[in-house]
Amino acid sequence: MTTAAVGEKSTEISPLGPDGVLLCFAKASSPEVTDQVLGFAETLRAATLPGVTEIATALTSVLVKFDPDCISRAALTDLLHPLLADQQTETFHAQRRWMIPVAFGGEAGPQLAEAAALAGVTEAQALRDLTQTELRVLAIGFAPGQPYIGRLPEAWEIPRQPQLTPSVPAGALVVALRQLVLFGNVSTTGWRQIGLCAFRPFKIDRAHPFALRQGDAIRLVAAPLDEIRALGRNPDALGGARCEVLT
Amino acid sequence: MTVLTIRHAGPVMTVQDAGRPGYMAQGLSVGGAADPLALYEAAALLGKPTLGEAIEMAGLGGCFVVDEPMRFCLTGAPMHATVDGADIAWNATHCLRPGQQLDIGGARKGVYGYLGFAGAMTADKVLGSHSAHLTAGIGRLLETGDSLTLAPDAAPDFPSRLLPVTDRFAGGEIRLMPGPQTALFDAETRMRFEATAFVRSVQGNRQGVRCDHQDTPFSAATAEGLVSDFIACGDVQLTGEGVPYVLLAECQTIGGYPRIGTVLALDLPKLAQTPPGGALRFRMVTLAEAETLRLHPAKRLADLRAATRPMIRDLRDIHDLLGYQLISGMTRGDDLERLEDDTNN
Repeated sequence: MTTAAVGEKSTEISPLGPDGVLLCFAKASSPEVTDQVLGFAETLRAATLPGVTEIATALTSVLVKFDPDCISRAALTDLLHPLLADQQTETFHAQRRWMIPVAFGGEAGPQLAEAAALAGVTEAQALRDLTQTELRVLAIGFAPGQPYIGRLPEAWEIPRQPQLTPSVPAGALVVALRQLVLFGNVSTTGWRQIGLCAFRPFKIDRAHPFALRQGDAIRLVAAPLDEIRALGRNPDALGGARCEVLT
Repeated sequence: MTVLTIRHAGPVMTVQDAGRPGYMAQGLSVGGAADPLALYEAAALLGKPTLGEAIEMAGLGGCFVVDEPMRFCLTGAPMHATVDGADIAWNATHCLRPGQQLDIGGARKGVYGYLGFAGAMTADKVLGSHSAHLTAGIGRLLETGDSLTLAPDAAPDFPSRLLPVTDRFAGGEIRLMPGPQTALFDAETRMRFEATAFVRSVQGNRQGVRCDHQDTPFSAATAEGLVSDFIACGDVQLTGEGVPYVLLAECQTIGGYPRIGTVLALDLPKLAQTPPGGALRFRMVTLAEAETLRLHPAKRLADLRAATRPMIRDLRDIHDLLGYQLISGMTRGDDLERLEDDTNN
């Protein structure tokens, strides 16, 4: 592992498998780190380095995959160092905003009251936090298209449950650690289910199988469960979500 | 077009190729054959310029028929295979003709057997691949009664070929290269990890395999507060209970458990093919060492192709000649083992 110093920040450069270099910008996720990760990925794409086959971003890191037949790890790392040294930390503005209808509480979100209590807010305040916070897709992963969405106000720094919920339905919106995960499929989870939507982040036979991109802005729009159920019948599996291009 | 019909499907049969690289950012792991070497062997045997697709059979095969003559090959975990009841060799090509039935039984060793065909599958690829990725909801298990359409075999009468292979079906030493979190495990833990005898658990599938051991659990320094990060196929993650879990083709793309290292691509086939109960040991190599042990895909295929040979046998070796159906490609079934023995002695 090597470290590239960038002002007061430092980036850890590690191998990830035979054809991957992982650039890790921080030990914890924050809006500044998200901006740094997204910004550096843009810089990398623009640099079109030889032998680079794939650039992907996670909560705190950028993965650079390469073809070892085209470029060695050492040579690639040498090319990455000056880019890291030059990086500008600036706010990375969302290029798109999704408005996603979600039914909160009740049958659709059986743990909303519990989660709100842990956050120390009323259910009414919880709904305001969930629907009025400008959220971002912090990362996509674990399962295809599945977004990690954040960050909720500080009060929502609530832990995972000690026990796993054996099964939440497809479309479940779950919360922990100021983040939300929106499940595309039936899942087991340690996070608390607070809502349900008909939006499916991955659908293989859709024109764009993966709906979301990291960095997209997200607004959750409260809707009655009946409406969510009706939206679930849309063949596009977007569940009434609308995508607005931001300029 | 040739239609391949599956008269009987084993419980876990899927179509697999080299998978779908390029979708890490979207949360989709590469997937593909659990034992990629078996695809190289199949391409070498069938003379294909690049890796094709094959039917991957976990533990147990099935029964297959065709409506036009089609060469096929059998690679990966050796399974008991017959055509119309006559034993045929594993790691070899054969021709299946209309009216004949290919039966593939249980694995004699290893886990994943592969049935490849001279004619490519004609179905549309999904995101650039034929592979089923069950955890992602792409494709599905093959079922009894399914048909697959293949491009016709231009040379069904091409003589059978076989490929001597080194046994990779009984566990053994697995080498790890360092990864982003290796340093979270202190030197003592890493040494103990290398010194520990592990057993491949019964818990294992295309997503990953658990490795059990008798000793104290292994833990990392800061596992509690670790932020979820990218995973590579072959990563050895230590779950909350301190048990190693080696992630395979259908692994998740990011995860929050600490990972002690990454299995070398060269050793992944051996790991994937170790059956439940098989003994495993891990050895950490340096990054420099890992780079010298890197796979060169084109060279790997060329070397395997050069190692194939025509299936020519000395009649004096066949003591029960009269018991044979003298049809092209039929053998006693253990020719390859005998050939391996000849090579080894």
